[in-house]
Amino acid sequence: MIPHQDYKTEADRHDAMEQILRQHRHSPDALIEVLHFAQENYGYLPRELLGRLAEQLKLPPSLVYGVASFYHGFRLEPRGRHHCTVCTGTSCHIKGGTALLAELERRFGISCGETAPDGSFSLDSVRCLGVCDLAPLAVLDDDIISAETIDALADKVCQCLAEKSSTGKSP
Amino acid sequence: MPRLSLTINGRAVKARQGETILGAARERGIFIPTLCNLDGLKPLGGCRICLVEVRGHPRPVPACATKVEEGMVVTTDSERVVSMRRMVVELLLAERNHQCPVCVMNNNCELQAVARLLGIDHVRYDFIAPRAVLDISHERFGIDHNRCILCRRCVRVCDEIEGAHTWDVNGRGAASRIISDLAEPWGLSGTCTDCGKCVQACPTGALFAKGTETTGKGTICLEKLVAWRQRREP
Repeated sequence: MIPHQDYKTEADRHDAMEQILRQHRHSPDALIEVLHFAQENYGYLPRELLGRLAEQLKLPPSLVYGVASFYHGFRLEPRGRHHCTVCTGTSCHIKGGTALLAELERRFGISCGETAPDGSFSLDSVRCLGVCDLAPLAVLDDDIISAETIDALADKVCQCLAEKSSTGKSP
Repeated sequence: MPRLSLTINGRAVKARQGETILGAARERGIFIPTLCNLDGLKPLGGCRICLVEVRGHPRPVPACATKVEEGMVVTTDSERVVSMRRMVVELLLAERNHQCPVCVMNNNCELQAVARLLGIDHVRYDFIAPRAVLDISHERFGIDHNRCILCRRCVRVCDEIEGAHTWDVNGRGAASRIISDLAEPWGLSGTCTDCGKCVQACPTGALFAKGTETTGKGTICLEKLVAWRQRREP
C-alpha cells in the first residue's frame, strides 16, 4: 500500500528523488526501480516528473513514457482520495464481479481506471486478491467489502464511502 | 564464412551463417511477404506476416527474425501459414480505420499490397473502428493513428538510424499508440530533428508529409481530412 504522503513538501519529494537517482548512479538500467520509487513518493507519475527523470537518466522521454504506460502498476493519473478496487478474478467473475464493476461504474458515473472529476473517488479492477472465499468482493482503501448480492455489495461500498468521507479519514 | 545448407520449399539452398530465413529465401528469389521488416533495421518479428514453417518446430516462426540452421527444412507457402498470414492481415485491417480510397498511400501502401497479394476481399472479424486521433501539429509532417499498424518501423528508424528516439509506443495491446516524447503533440517535440525518416519508413499512410509531392508518399488535403475526422456519427 502506498503510504499517504500529504505531510511531505515538494522539496522533500524532490530531495528523495535526487537521493534515489544518486543511489542508482543515474544509470538508465535503473528506470523501473526509479519509477517505482517516484510513484511511492508522489502517488502517481506526473508527466513533468517523467520528463525530468528521462533527462537525468539520459533516456529518451518517449521511452520513459512508453515504459510507464506499458505496466499496469504505474499510474499516470492521480488516484482519488478514496480508491475502490473490484476483483474480477475467476471466482469473483463467476459470482458477478464484472457485474459489480459495471454497477459501481454506473453509480459513480466513472469507468474503471478513472477518477471522479472532484478527485474524491477512483475505481479500478484487479485480477485476483487471493480471498476467493469472500467472492464477489471489492476493496475500499484498505477494507475488504463483501456481500451476497451485487446490489447489496454496491450499497455497502457507497455506505462505507459516505462514512469515510464524513469522518474525513484518509486511507 | 561457413556455408549452411538448408531446404526452402523443396529447393536446396546455401546460406551464410547468421543470415535470416528471409534473407536466404530472398537471395534465391523465393518471395516471403513482410510488413514490419525493413532492410537496415534490426528485425522485430512483430507483424507475423512472414511466418514460415520449419520442420521440427511445433509453431511457425517469423522468417525475418529466425537465423538459418544447418539442415533446416523450411516451407514458406503451406496452406497453414498462408491462412495464418491472411488472419493476421484481417486482424490488422479490423483494428484501426483503413479506408484505402481516402488514404494518402492508396496504391503505394504495403498493407494494401499484402492484403491484395493474399486475396483478402473481406474481413471475418468485427471492425473495432476506434476514434483514433490525427496529429498535424508538426510543421511538415502528420501522423494519422487510424492508419497505424504498430509495425514500429518509425520507432526503430528514429532510434537506430537517426538516433533521436522521438517515437515510442504508449500502452499495450490494441490500445497501443505511437507517441512522440511524453505523449505530446509531435510539433512540440524537443527531440525530433524533422528528418522525415519515419515518414519514409512508414508502410501505410499513418505518417505522411504535408502538401509536398516530392516525398513519394502522396499529398493530402488536410482541411478535408480534418473535417472528415470530426464528422458527427449518424
